[in-house]
Amino acid sequence: MIAIVAETKERGLRKISFEMLAEARRIASLAGGVPVAAIVLGPVAPGEAERLPAHGADTVVHVEGPALESYAPEAYAEGVRLAVEKLRPSVLLFGATAHGKDLAPRAAARLRVGLASDCVGFEWTEGALIARRPIFAGKAFARVAWGQARPQAASVRPNTFAPLPADPARKAPIERIALGDVKIRARAVGFEQSEGEMADLTEANIIVSGGRAMQGPENFEILRRLCKVLGATLGASRAAVDAGWIDHSHQVGQTGKVVNPTLYIAVGISGAIQHMAGMSSAKTIVAINKDKDAPIFKIASYGIVGDLYQIVPALTEEFEKLLKE
Amino acid sequence: MNTLVFLKQVPDTETRIQIRDGAVDTSSVKWVPNPYDEFAIEEALRIRERVGSGKVTVLSLGPDRVKDAIKYGLSLGADEGVWIKGDGVALDDPLAVGTVLAAAARKAGFDLILTGKQGVDHDGAQVGVIVAEFLDLPHVSVVVNLEVDAAARKGRAKREVEGGLEVFEFELPAVITAQKGLNEPRYASLKGIMAVKKKVIPEWTPADLGVDPGSVAPEAAAIRFLDVSLPPPRSTGTILDGEPREAARELVRLLREEAKAL
Repeated sequence: MIAIVAETKERGLRKISFEMLAEARRIASLAGGVPVAAIVLGPVAPGEAERLPAHGADTVVHVEGPALESYAPEAYAEGVRLAVEKLRPSVLLFGATAHGKDLAPRAAARLRVGLASDCVGFEWTEGALIARRPIFAGKAFARVAWGQARPQAASVRPNTFAPLPADPARKAPIERIALGDVKIRARAVGFEQSEGEMADLTEANIIVSGGRAMQGPENFEILRRLCKVLGATLGASRAAVDAGWIDHSHQVGQTGKVVNPTLYIAVGISGAIQHMAGMSSAKTIVAINKDKDAPIFKIASYGIVGDLYQIVPALTEEFEKLLKE
Repeated sequence: MNTLVFLKQVPDTETRIQIRDGAVDTSSVKWVPNPYDEFAIEEALRIRERVGSGKVTVLSLGPDRVKDAIKYGLSLGADEGVWIKGDGVALDDPLAVGTVLAAAARKAGFDLILTGKQGVDHDGAQVGVIVAEFLDLPHVSVVVNLEVDAAARKGRAKREVEGGLEVFEFELPAVITAQKGLNEPRYASLKGIMAVKKKVIPEWTPADLGVDPGSVAPEAAAIRFLDVSLPPPRSTGTILDGEPREAARELVRLLREEAKAL
């Protein structure tokens, strides 16, 4: 059996849950047609759990209890352990999201099984899973194998696998497990929303990033305008973050976020190795830089050599025109 | 208030990774303290300064060279540094590393454990959390803001999640993993660098810590790398020159018609 740990936010399932189900189905067929299970932890809105069979789960286990009311790693790890004890899967997938990356190592350690983090591909060889995952922020890729213990646990990078189309005719039993008293000494008690309505960098389809050539915080305004037109998320290089022009949560690179958008527009970024590691898996890369020898042009799909203060506003206008059409 | 900091040594982020025989070739790598661990050390020092008592101990597991990372931690102001010898330990296996570090923490004693959210080499983001589980402690990971109330034995942390910050309350002792933004790490002072020379760095082995060496050996690893390869190179793209407006117009056309990125 291949199991996924579904992820919820505000009582709804997040997209990563369906991405994992699609890949779990593929692994299940490589493994000779074994079933796919989804594990749901904590409260969800009515009808949510039913979306899991529609997207590929053959069975759903829903762990419930007061301990799971808000995110608490100790309680959620215990929920995973109970579900695994019940299902005995050979593979256990988590989302490599902020939540999944926190829960997965705790749950895997509790089960005393190995965990491969942030996987982008899987093979099935001689009855066992092999994972492919980036290391050094994507400068290299490792193939990972597990020892004898089961399940083989892995976290799955978001935006890597496409969900299957929903088939409402697919139904599955939803089995409930009650989680009893759990010692909880760390718990989420609140949430502070960050600025604007931009998607998170790790989930963004389009990213516009600024570097050293932005010269100061005020000049990021022209990038914000471009972001707004494109529905893009604002990123930055380490140079811009370390200069204090923009918050570190925008940083792309080896000591920031590793991103994989459809379109990445690098503005005034020369292309330090540690930056390029974090964004070189973008489908299309655009570089705007006044230095024609900047390393970023070596990986750019399209480059414009010139003054960003002229090019970015012109580009913003062109995109606006296009969107009006 | 005694704080332990787990410190890993990693290749400098400016390193161009090269592969030899299916593994990362580290022969010409410049080794540096893991950047995220630097935030952990800084936070530990600030907590000590704020509380006004207790000590900060940096521990590093690995080969002989990791003593340089320990010395760096000492030069910043850590009170003690411990080298845990990595011979025979599956250093690529987070469970093995977590097992050894948990045992080391038990021996050292602590109120708080701080470490980076991940090493910038293998990017596993596991070890801190695994140690918390093995020591039966609460953890908060990817923390950008930390308040510790040593007297009340509790704390409050903000961790970075998609779209904002998740606010956590936790009890001490605990494990906290540091994200960039937690603080601005200091530089070593000359006095700090001089003081390192007088410090003795104890050397512990897994066996000293009561860990069965066989259980953390490469043959027993829970995960291992089969091979490592470089990503396929990106083909060189199209450079647009000419007048900014022309270039912008052409770029939008190419993005739409050729790349289908819009």
